[in-house]
Amino acid sequence: MAIEATETRPLGKAIKRKEDPRLVRGQGRYLDDIVLPGMLYMALARSPYAHARIKEIRLDQAYQVPGVKAILTGADLEKMNLSWMPTLAGDRQMVLATGKVLFQYQEVAAVVAESRAAAEDAVQLIEIDYEPLAPVVDPYAALKADAPLLREDRDQKDNHIFHWEVGDRKATDDALASSPVVVKEFIRMPRVHPAPVEPCGCIADYQKATGKLTWYVTSQAPHAHRTVLALVSGLPEHMIHVISPDIGGGFGNKVPVYPGYVCSVVMSLQLGRPVKWVETRTENIATTNFARDYHMTAEIGATQEGIVTALKVATIADHGAFDAAADPSKFPAGLFSIVTGSYDFPVAFAEVDGVYTNKAPGGVAYRCSFRVTEASYLIERVMNTLALKLNLDPAEIRRRNFIRPEQFPYQSPLGWTYDSGNYDATLNEALKLVDYEQLRKQQAERRAGGELVGIGISTFTEIVGAGPSNTFDILGIKMFDSCEIRIHPTGKAIARLGTRHQGQGHETTFAQVIADELGMTAADVLIEEGDTDTAPYGLGTYASRSTPTAGGAAALAARRIRQKAIQIAAHLLEVSPDDVEWNGEKFAAKGLESRAVGMSEVALAAYTNLPEGMEPGLEATYYYDPPNLTFPNGAYVAMVAIDRGTGEVKVERFVAVDDCGTVINPMVVDGQVHGGLTEGFGIAFMQEIAYDEDGNNLAPNFMEYLVPTAVEAPHWETGRTVTPSPHHPIGAKGVGESPNVGSPAAFVNAVVDALSPYGVTNVEIPLFPWKVWNVLKELGLTQ
Amino acid sequence: MESRKEDARRMVSVTINGEMRQGLAEPRTLLAYFIRETLGLTGTHVGCDTTSCGACTVLFDGEPVKSCTVLAVQADQHQIDTVEGLETDNVLHPLQQAFWDNHGLQCGFCTPGMLMTSVALLQKNPHPTESEIRHGISGNLCRCTGYVNIVKAITDASHKMQKEPAEV
Repeated sequence: MAIEATETRPLGKAIKRKEDPRLVRGQGRYLDDIVLPGMLYMALARSPYAHARIKEIRLDQAYQVPGVKAILTGADLEKMNLSWMPTLAGDRQMVLATGKVLFQYQEVAAVVAESRAAAEDAVQLIEIDYEPLAPVVDPYAALKADAPLLREDRDQKDNHIFHWEVGDRKATDDALASSPVVVKEFIRMPRVHPAPVEPCGCIADYQKATGKLTWYVTSQAPHAHRTVLALVSGLPEHMIHVISPDIGGGFGNKVPVYPGYVCSVVMSLQLGRPVKWVETRTENIATTNFARDYHMTAEIGATQEGIVTALKVATIADHGAFDAAADPSKFPAGLFSIVTGSYDFPVAFAEVDGVYTNKAPGGVAYRCSFRVTEASYLIERVMNTLALKLNLDPAEIRRRNFIRPEQFPYQSPLGWTYDSGNYDATLNEALKLVDYEQLRKQQAERRAGGELVGIGISTFTEIVGAGPSNTFDILGIKMFDSCEIRIHPTGKAIARLGTRHQGQGHETTFAQVIADELGMTAADVLIEEGDTDTAPYGLGTYASRSTPTAGGAAALAARRIRQKAIQIAAHLLEVSPDDVEWNGEKFAAKGLESRAVGMSEVALAAYTNLPEGMEPGLEATYYYDPPNLTFPNGAYVAMVAIDRGTGEVKVERFVAVDDCGTVINPMVVDGQVHGGLTEGFGIAFMQEIAYDEDGNNLAPNFMEYLVPTAVEAPHWETGRTVTPSPHHPIGAKGVGESPNVGSPAAFVNAVVDALSPYGVTNVEIPLFPWKVWNVLKELGLTQ
Repeated sequence: MESRKEDARRMVSVTINGEMRQGLAEPRTLLAYFIRETLGLTGTHVGCDTTSCGACTVLFDGEPVKSCTVLAVQADQHQIDTVEGLETDNVLHPLQQAFWDNHGLQCGFCTPGMLMTSVALLQKNPHPTESEIRHGISGNLCRCTGYVNIVKAITDASHKMQKEPAEV
């Protein structure tokens, strides 16, 4: 059971969340809850075609709708040099289409009116003539020489966006050629969408009298958004105030800047009134950033004993109409080079080619640290194929190839320095929790009875906490993060960070980190995020980076407070600062343990009774540039049974053992794991944004795009090992995304295991019952 | 078009959380927006506009409904209960308390709808099994929690509401 926030020494304890009292009362303040005086509403007209030339746009009818204040088209934006905006990936994206549209539901015009309904009415009356063009939906077709050219605006006259490669191609080819065993698998991770329950939206409030723009926006990265807006709009950055209020889930969907945001800003600048825009669910799923759409081929070389010798990966990445990926700028394929996973590959090579298609632009890291899910899914799937080939148990093939504890810090062949891990221990814990031997016995018995039962293992390594400034930036801005702490005279504190939580519990967990460093309770520390006028600059919350970056900043800012506090304590204790020591809760005079002062006495003295000449006040700011990334890992075991009549896969057991280093709040970590596993389950079994051959989005709402309900979601069993990060100030690694990264392979490996006696090595996700049933039918296994 | 809309607006009176309130609504105005924008109770959230996500769930004469699929005019002269009415005399409803105690929420966006569905569930079935709870809340989507702690919270509340010791 959770404990109250008034607990002392809170680090590592299951403190009840401080944000919950307002949220369970319905008193959260989400974007659409904000109403400003004189506020107008915006709605967008969107293309019904995936690829078409715009012949004419007629607005007369739309302007007749009472309450319509203004209508904006791409031609209007062109005059302001705003019809295109830069993406975080260094490409550019149309704000409102000019010339032609490149994906279904693309933004073509924006209406602002006195009410939501009037804006929607007017959108219905905008007349747009299109000349449909041949759409390109398949990324492989897009690369053919005779494929229609999608992006006429580029100098490069094909649909190829980028080629990126890492590792030693020749050494890898040589090693594969001389390996006694080679397995090769084509693995597709289809297009999915994060689909948080709250859609994206914003209110732009430009006050002509002050020249200040206040921009309320569902943003996971409010500071970065302020800078991007300053660069795009030309407004001085200090006159832009970004407020990211309570956010109803993000999962990467709320990292990019969207055309609707830019339009509402333009409209507010023009009209001098606040303009609100909130997506519908269809707009959210069909236009804002998707994830994955990675088409991967991997080859693993190995010895007869199953010791891996080389890994080679080639990937086609479908980015849709614009490369709107939200990756660190030097990483067009994100951190896909973590693809060697938990295994000690002597050599490796990976290449990724980005491709344009007539689909919604992206892709974002959906509960994932930039393509880590794709990489982890691939290696965990193909290691499974290797185990099948060599007739080795999937746990055994992993054990034989794990990076061993004494190899850390471990230099991977694709360039990363893994910080720490004890992969055997994590796997053993999972096998123990699930009682692996017993499970295999049960499987054998049930198979003998004709059941299709499978057990799947995934032992993934993640790479999170972007990142060290020598490598990581977004549009040039280094990916540090920050924390500012102010201790008030009565010993209470406010701390502000450059991150922005969306349910991760920062108001509690960061209070725990700071309180633990300062001998306070989490109840005494108010955490504030999301207001760029008050919080120090930071790059935001995504890619499991908050704890590795801002969490480090929080601990180090608190230690800076302690440095000054010890001087004040010495003054109060009437001893030299050298004779004061921090005992974890108080400042004590050495050798005189009864003489001690806590943070409340020191805080009061900082404003009332200072040593001669000392600057008053007690506050500190820390901008933490992490020396390395962190590498959380986990071992997941799934047991599934396949219904021969329907093809439905039932997850009967799922044990997840995570190692995220130091745990700040075990209740919150378990909650993150439950949520991530459920999204991983959705990706393996239900969620797909498919398109037909005309480029029509086939899942633009929650009736077609299936996310797990409480009925489908399996029962999760969780466990932990703790291998602290040696370089992080409190040893924490981050956990929000591990379960989503690591679980899809466990599910699919289990399904493959169930079917492997019949020669199956691969099945394509999502594993809808009809798809599995088709596989069963081909194998003659249906009932 | 203007005259049609202006003429069509009519007064809607509801008893919401025990209080009589009224406001003008167009015939097409959805109850969710009437509650949020006309009556100013923003605890009821809109996540999909298509009856799928359940974030807008309220009680309509005691029955849970997705208020994005009820017209405001249909609620005229009816009783509506929202998340804002759950607390009494500054004491959280046992379900609110249980959601807090059991980490049954993360981003909190689905929580009001989830709570209202749970209130109705426990009224009909004070001792639900895990399976009954999971089916009972299957019209409410949560993307954060994986439902584990929501199920735990509802079970905990059901015990507390029956004054029985909660399972650990």
